[in-house]
Amino acid sequence: MNVSAAAASANDVGRGAATMSSGQTVVSARGLSLVFDTNDGPVNALADIDLDVGKGEFVSFIGPSGCGKTTFLRVIADLEKPTAGTISVNGMTPQQAREKRAYGYVFQAAGLFPWRTIERNVTLPLEIMGYSRAERAERLHRTLELVNLTGFEKKFPWQLSGGMQQRASIARALAFDADLLLMDEPFGALDEIVRDHLNSQLLELWARTTKTICFVTHSIPEAVYLSTKIVVMSPRPGRVTDVIQSTLPKERPLDIRETPEFLEIAHRVRDGLRAGHSYED
Amino acid sequence: MDSFRDKIVPVSVIVAAILVVWYVAAIFMNAPYQRELNARAHVTPDLGAFIGQTWAQRKPTLPAPHQIAENFFKNTFLVKITSRRSLVYNSWVTLSSTMAGFASGTLLGILIAVGIVHVPVLDRSLMPWIIASQTIPILAIAPMVVVVFAAIGITGLIPKALISTYLSFFPVAVGMVKGLRSPDILHLDLMHTYNASKVQAFWKLRVPASMPFLFTSMKVAVAASLVGAIVAELPTGAVAGIGAKLLAGSYYSQTIDMWSALVAGSVVAVLLVATVGVVGRFVELRMGARP
Repeated sequence: MNVSAAAASANDVGRGAATMSSGQTVVSARGLSLVFDTNDGPVNALADIDLDVGKGEFVSFIGPSGCGKTTFLRVIADLEKPTAGTISVNGMTPQQAREKRAYGYVFQAAGLFPWRTIERNVTLPLEIMGYSRAERAERLHRTLELVNLTGFEKKFPWQLSGGMQQRASIARALAFDADLLLMDEPFGALDEIVRDHLNSQLLELWARTTKTICFVTHSIPEAVYLSTKIVVMSPRPGRVTDVIQSTLPKERPLDIRETPEFLEIAHRVRDGLRAGHSYED
Repeated sequence: MDSFRDKIVPVSVIVAAILVVWYVAAIFMNAPYQRELNARAHVTPDLGAFIGQTWAQRKPTLPAPHQIAENFFKNTFLVKITSRRSLVYNSWVTLSSTMAGFASGTLLGILIAVGIVHVPVLDRSLMPWIIASQTIPILAIAPMVVVVFAAIGITGLIPKALISTYLSFFPVAVGMVKGLRSPDILHLDLMHTYNASKVQAFWKLRVPASMPFLFTSMKVAVAASLVGAIVAELPTGAVAGIGAKLLAGSYYSQTIDMWSALVAGSVVAVLLVATVGVVGRFVELRMGARP
């Protein structure tokens, strides 16, 4: 993982900026557009997105609702098809990448199956992908440890708090060892204290593994705290208005959020959001 | 325990009210015939004795509850189970075709639902026919089915079970179509990200998600099956079964027999619905529902 090298292009700012990191490129979008046909006419969810996500990066997508940040994540995951432009995931089309199980997806809601125990929820993807019983048990043990849920194997989802459920859903996404983790506002529905806790746990987890994480959020502190790169987006049509390379060190205690460096990045994100927002409506 | 007591009091009040209304109604409904009998016999009993007479006729227009209870008790517990008079025997005859029809109806309903959910053509072509099938009165179909089958030498359980099937597949099919389509978009998206096959999505997501719908519709279906089995016994001159008892009772004005057959039918219905409920609850608990 080589995060600092990516800082070389830290000041590559502006609309449609393509920030190349030094390592391999995991996600690469060029001129990506997506138009939804709705009853009220076409909606430009994404317009002309150029973006690269390098291996091992932690990239946050931030913007007001309707800016297409979730849609972009869903395009990477092959849950939506772009209407123009190209996108590659691990050098393949999103569909090929999905068929190769290249990514784990964490949704805003935990989305655990209520009829399965935590154990069987986490091993669900492993069952589908045909892992052996022994392999499943080993991976279950490892991933539950990673999200601090050891001992809750036999519990049903309703017996766990919201934060624990979300951790279980992260464990489920990690279980099959995809290199890419796509997270769509995973902590959006949780309270501030739990969210802080999970944020630092997520950073720890990211440090222990060598995963690339794409993280959608609408919280500026969360984006700045977590990311090596922050992609600021604006709505109607959904486009990238700023790409900010974080200058924060890799070690990030929670109180880093009071340092001037942190506040400066947060300020820049806020400026980017303001610039992209049209007040006409 | 408190909730038990909370239920006991209102239920017994209602039961008592029904009994009072019933006894009073029995007096008025049986009075004209009793007056006729008394006139013929040249007796003029006082009011108390007259009321007693209206509650003790052999073939009353409306039997009093205790007459039904007595008949029910006698034909259930005192008569040998193998006897034609035994309500246990007759209930068993009806129950066996109910269960055969219910089992095949549930199976058919599930198969239809699976087809409708997975094959768009079936969704458009089959659903109107299924709904239309239920607009035909069962009383019109039952005799035809029974007679046609009898013509080719098939009598007894099969034609009766077929009519039960006809009535019970519908709620299961409709409920299961809804149940198999009930998974969240999120869960379906999740399966998509795992590149799960349709078969995997079916067994691991659609089937478990549909279980509550299945048991709710099975409760409706099992009651409909019983109605189907009883109705199927009416036109055939079947020799045994609750339907046959009802029909024989009406031929010979054995109103008390008819009523106790009716009670037997209700008991069977309660047992069937309760059994489905208990099995459903058991499955629910196994699937991690809150106790």
